Amino acid sequence: MRPAPRWAAAVLAAAAVLCGCGAQEPEPTVTVFAAASLKESFTALGEEFEERHPGTEVEFSFGGSDTLAAGITGGAPADVFASADGTTMARVTRAGGASGRPKVFARNRLQIVTLPGNPHRIRSLGDLDRPELKVVLCDASVPCGAAARKALDTARLRLSPASYEQDVKSALTKVRLKEADAALVYATDVRAAGDAVAGVEFPEADTALNSYPITVLADAPQPERAAEFVAFVRSAEGRRVLREAGFLEPGPEAP
Amino acid sequence: MTDVSGAGRPGADRTVTGGSGTGATGTGGEGTGGLEARLVVRRGDFLLDVALSAAPGEVVALLGPNGAGKTTALRALAGLAPLDEGHLRLDGAELAPLPAERRPVGVVFQDYLLFPHLSALDNVAFGLRCRNMSRRAARDEAARWLERVGLAAHAGARPHRLSGGQAQRVALARALATRPRLLLLDEPLAALDARTRLEMRSALRGHLDDFEAVAVLVTHDPLDAMVLADRLVVVEDGRVVQTGTPDLIARRPRTDYVARLVGLNLYRGKATGHLVRVDGREAAVTVTEELTGEVFVAFPPSAVTLHGERPVGTGARNVWRCRVAGIESHGDRIRADLTGELPMAADLTTVSAAQLRLTPGAEVWAAVEAGQTHAYPAR
Amino acid sequence: MSGGRPRDATRSGRPGRVAGSLRPFGRAPLALLLPALGGLVFLLLPLVALLVRAPWAELPAQLGSPQVWEALRLSLLSATTATALCLVLGVPLAWLLARTDFPGRRLVRALVTVPLVLPPVVGGVALLLALGRDGLVGRLLDDWFGVTLPFTTAGVVVAEAFVAMPFLVISVEGTLRAADPRFEEAAATLGASRFTAFRRVTLPLIAPGVAAGAVLAWARALGEFGATITFAGSFPGRTQTMPLAVYLALQSDPAAAVALSLVLLAVSVAVLGAMRDRWTAGMGG
Repeated sequence: MRPAPRWAAAVLAAAAVLCGCGAQEPEPTVTVFAAASLKESFTALGEEFEERHPGTEVEFSFGGSDTLAAGITGGAPADVFASADGTTMARVTRAGGASGRPKVFARNRLQIVTLPGNPHRIRSLGDLDRPELKVVLCDASVPCGAAARKALDTARLRLSPASYEQDVKSALTKVRLKEADAALVYATDVRAAGDAVAGVEFPEADTALNSYPITVLADAPQPERAAEFVAFVRSAEGRRVLREAGFLEPGPEAP
Repeated sequence: MTDVSGAGRPGADRTVTGGSGTGATGTGGEGTGGLEARLVVRRGDFLLDVALSAAPGEVVALLGPNGAGKTTALRALAGLAPLDEGHLRLDGAELAPLPAERRPVGVVFQDYLLFPHLSALDNVAFGLRCRNMSRRAARDEAARWLERVGLAAHAGARPHRLSGGQAQRVALARALATRPRLLLLDEPLAALDARTRLEMRSALRGHLDDFEAVAVLVTHDPLDAMVLADRLVVVEDGRVVQTGTPDLIARRPRTDYVARLVGLNLYRGKATGHLVRVDGREAAVTVTEELTGEVFVAFPPSAVTLHGERPVGTGARNVWRCRVAGIESHGDRIRADLTGELPMAADLTTVSAAQLRLTPGAEVWAAVEAGQTHAYPAR
Repeated sequence: MSGGRPRDATRSGRPGRVAGSLRPFGRAPLALLLPALGGLVFLLLPLVALLVRAPWAELPAQLGSPQVWEALRLSLLSATTATALCLVLGVPLAWLLARTDFPGRRLVRALVTVPLVLPPVVGGVALLLALGRDGLVGRLLDDWFGVTLPFTTAGVVVAEAFVAMPFLVISVEGTLRAADPRFEEAAATLGASRFTAFRRVTLPLIAPGVAAGAVLAWARALGEFGATITFAGSFPGRTQTMPLAVYLALQSDPAAAVALSLVLLAVSVAVLGAMRDRWTAGMGG
């Protein structure tokens, strides 16, 4: 009869490992759901945060803000949510998913992205109306598309794009692969693409700035570490990293 | 042998249909008509190398055991297997370089291969349509062929609704409809049950009599071959081992296979006068013919009598000491398979088998009257 | 030989076959019945959830929107055209793979299935690299004919055909391998060229397999999302098929997305059901 308890213990241990509910938690892990456009900067920030908090791990899930929001309201075990726009964040807060009020930690500005060297000499938003140009926009249902529409409205322009892309990365890809001559994407995306494309600033972009809110989630398994991570993102160091990636400061009127 | 025209078919008890021999007289006299081929096909270790010739109107049967290469030869004739060497002339024209669809050849396959999605009529019309005949003309012609094989009533039936015999006749009509100069039949009766086979054998014989060009049929059944063909070509292991009229081959087999087919014990040996010393054995056979040199000796199993003790009799009797290797019953007769001085098959009645207490391993004396044997030169 | 051919033959043949091969439900062994029912529930549960949670009240409004019909029309048109393209190119390809021997045939067979394992978005990128305005071949198309495929309905068809063709090829090749090649030989001895033999004998014989493959390809093309949006983009009425419309609606209005999905579902089930009846009726011949 002696082997029985050992055998049972092994099964229990295996079960504990499988369901991740071991009595002794090895290291606290902060799970961050962040908009795809934050990938480069947040990865850097996550490594920095882990260095400053030995024994803590940061895990990221990058994706479209909408998809992430749907995951959170659907019960995904996340600690932090960083969205690419207020509307999507509002969906999480309305569902009672956020702990406290979300804070804007960065803003993003649209740019016209063109082929390297800007061969079509695009200087302004108005140039995009030239019939020989193939322009793609984000679909109005995603943040970059909403921002683009706002900017175009300001310029009183009605473009006839070749396509309304489902996210900013695929709009950028169309230009990178030379399928489109220009697209409206975020400055951060243009910067991340390096030499493969060129960016053109345009004044109407100011009316369509995208705010990136961040919040600790109501059901966060690691609320303290999550709050520390949010604070780190909003710290001077965090802002420096975001700025380098092309983001704008959150602005004075930020809530 | 190859110059025999359709009208002058050799054969035991066959009536020659004079009215239908138009094609035979048309091409038979020209000398270039008919089939003249040497087929060499390599398949890994197997080598088929057979020469074949046939006059217009002649029916040649390729007879041989399974795996002898008969079907390969047929496929080579049809253009479905390429020749590695040799030639294939039909009515003076070289066919070897032509693909199957350009050869004036009709094939009746063993399992008929009727197109299952087409009616009997459209199956027969298929080849005519491939020859750019209009659909209507092709169907009219096909209907005539179906009528000729007695299936006019089944023109609209799909193959799966036809009996085996009907399907065989549709296949024949389909092959004949294109008026081929060479008709190939692969085991045409093998897929039929015994009774249908009997009917179809004579029906097929009739259609072959009417056919004015060369017909080659492949079979492993000696009866099919003897009834249907004017001449047999026996193929074993890729080679022709004997060729001749059914009658000749039945009387004078030259290999064990043929001998077994026609139910004879066959030995090869050296003859001096009436005595034949069997090659490789300490046995001799006394025969009635007077010969010298290489000969075959044959006698049927029914000519053998078995005895428990050495028979003391008169006359030119052959007696050998043998041992029973196996016993099989064939209807009311018993066939004993003997080894010993001279291996042979012997037929006896159930009664005499019981009297002799014939069991495997038993020692017996086998006797054959010289008058029951048949010896003929091997060359 | 014409369209009506297979049906009348089977009308008589079918009942006997059904009676002979189907057994009463209760006689099925439990070891098969339980997983079978499990599989059925697994497949149907999400569908049931979709129906239960569907915003039925919103449905009339959704159905009234011209965009829905535009996307649906585009979806049906492009999926059907893509299936036709798959048939024209895929059936001969399947024949080549099943009936001929050439060096590297096994490799080619494996390569044919690549679009199956390739994530569709990657497939879309690959298509852009090949047929895009700056792609390997696309550049020539643009230079010589002034044709660019991305952002056009033709591009949608190309993307859908790319993803759907393996289903057709695999299905037809399997049927061809099972079909007796000697029928083609029989046709040849009757004077049919290889193409005539294929057209008049092989093709009718493998028709059920071709039909099954076409249905699979059509269904796959109809639901295609990743390759389409990557290669052809998304523009209402031109390249925005139903799945794209559903996806974009999901971003802002999940209820509308469910409603759109239901429309797509209803139409495809209706079409597949109708075709299945026709084709299974034709299979007994």
